[in-house]
Amino acid sequence: MYSKGFKPLAIATVVAIAVSFALVFFYAPLDADQGFVQKIFYVHVPMAIVALCGFVAGGIMAIKHLRSGDRSWDMRSYVAIHLSIILGTGVLITGAIWAKASWGHWWLWDEPVLVSFLIVFLLYCVYYPLRFSIEDPDRQARYSSVFAIAAGAFVPINFAAVRLAEAVTHPRVLSQTGGNLPGEMRLTFLVSIVAMALLFVTLWKLELTAKNASMQLKRLRTTLELRSAT
Amino acid sequence: MIRTASAILRKDLTIELRTKESVPAMTLFTVTVYVLFHFGLDRDSLDGELASGVLWVTLLLAAVIGVTRLFATEREQGGIDSLLLAPVDRTALFVAKATALFLYLLLLEIVAVPVFGLLLLGPDLFAAFPELAAILLLADIGLAAVGALVSALAAETRARELIVPLLLLPLVVPLLIGAASATEPLLREGGTSEDLGRYLALLGGYDLVFVLIALAVFDYLLDD
Amino acid sequence: MPALPLDEAGQYVAGAYLVFLTLIVVYVAIIGAKVSRIDRELGELVELAEEEWR
Repeated sequence: MYSKGFKPLAIATVVAIAVSFALVFFYAPLDADQGFVQKIFYVHVPMAIVALCGFVAGGIMAIKHLRSGDRSWDMRSYVAIHLSIILGTGVLITGAIWAKASWGHWWLWDEPVLVSFLIVFLLYCVYYPLRFSIEDPDRQARYSSVFAIAAGAFVPINFAAVRLAEAVTHPRVLSQTGGNLPGEMRLTFLVSIVAMALLFVTLWKLELTAKNASMQLKRLRTTLELRSAT
Repeated sequence: MIRTASAILRKDLTIELRTKESVPAMTLFTVTVYVLFHFGLDRDSLDGELASGVLWVTLLLAAVIGVTRLFATEREQGGIDSLLLAPVDRTALFVAKATALFLYLLLLEIVAVPVFGLLLLGPDLFAAFPELAAILLLADIGLAAVGALVSALAAETRARELIVPLLLLPLVVPLLIGAASATEPLLREGGTSEDLGRYLALLGGYDLVFVLIALAVFDYLLDD
Repeated sequence: MPALPLDEAGQYVAGAYLVFLTLIVVYVAIIGAKVSRIDRELGELVELAEEEWR
């Protein structure tokens, strides 16, 4: 069910990643202020954007779950959130590396993306203990979906709030992620974002397939054991 | 719905008046933390952003206490089950609990904010009113809605006392940003509050979104 | 702040991209482990079923 169209998707992902890496290192010009270090942005920012979209998508899937009562939507929501948290660790680590390389500190408070990401990350980390402390599977799914919806709505609000605060105290120091990028950089960025998004969807389908197979296996085992008992 | 909500609310307030479990604990906690800050920061008086930060962070931490205890009475006496046997709209439960939390927060602030003005604030507190009152009210609405939601989410888990702060505190960061930034110029000598409108809008937007979300999802919580 | 010289900057950039790739590889490895466990259990179940119908 989940593995429909997986192979072309995976191939597209590999191609996209290869192309984006090629663009980053051979096509995009060197940044005037930051030099070679700016190249980190091509992996850091797409990871952040895709992760944030993943969180919101998880919330939307959770809405579908609550509305339809179909637990497969909860599984989709869980995997999306799970993947976004993993990407989120990547965002924070690459962000810290970039901060150290360009400012000498391992953390910066005046990059709104990084800061609001930290808050979102801290929030979503609670998803696991919340989910797995509820034993009843139906209730576990429902409560997780409620969390996913509230947290998904929180993501844009949080981003807006942090940006608002930073705009007043620290005027935007870096316009790298803004709209005023030269054409070659913008193309590279777009391709990187597309590649990251494709990667996300591929891994999402992969994990869902594995999870689903695992669940079917459990059902098969129970059925067989019941049969052999009678 | 309103009738059910007010019935539940009346019950909760009566229990609180009798047992005095939430509000005194929150208030005592807040005052104690102010004293801690005096020693921790080694300052006699604060103003501006430091004052605003200490005031708001302490209020939020105290709110955690209130939120953790919000469904306590139901849990302890199996009240949730009996509530749900009757065909009660879960929305009424949310409205009642959120209103109760809102009132507890108001009571907390009526005591805690003047105490803050006394113990730690340098500039005159009354110069900050009525803007401070507006900020407090808006923040309390958001806190009450999110607090009720988080309390319900954590109500049935075993690790409730850990999960409530971990869930609540990140969720209220936008609230903290709006409230603290708005309060900061008010607590400074001759500070101007030109950005106040912007932060009030942030608080208002936050309140609107989370009240709507909580109302929409509450039906899916707390059933057996 | 002046840009880092290319050799120093290169290390940081390489580090960042390495983190990215490591995350992917570790993730795929974990899924791979899950899949091989599924494969093994499936084999056990096949044996169980074949015994049944003997």
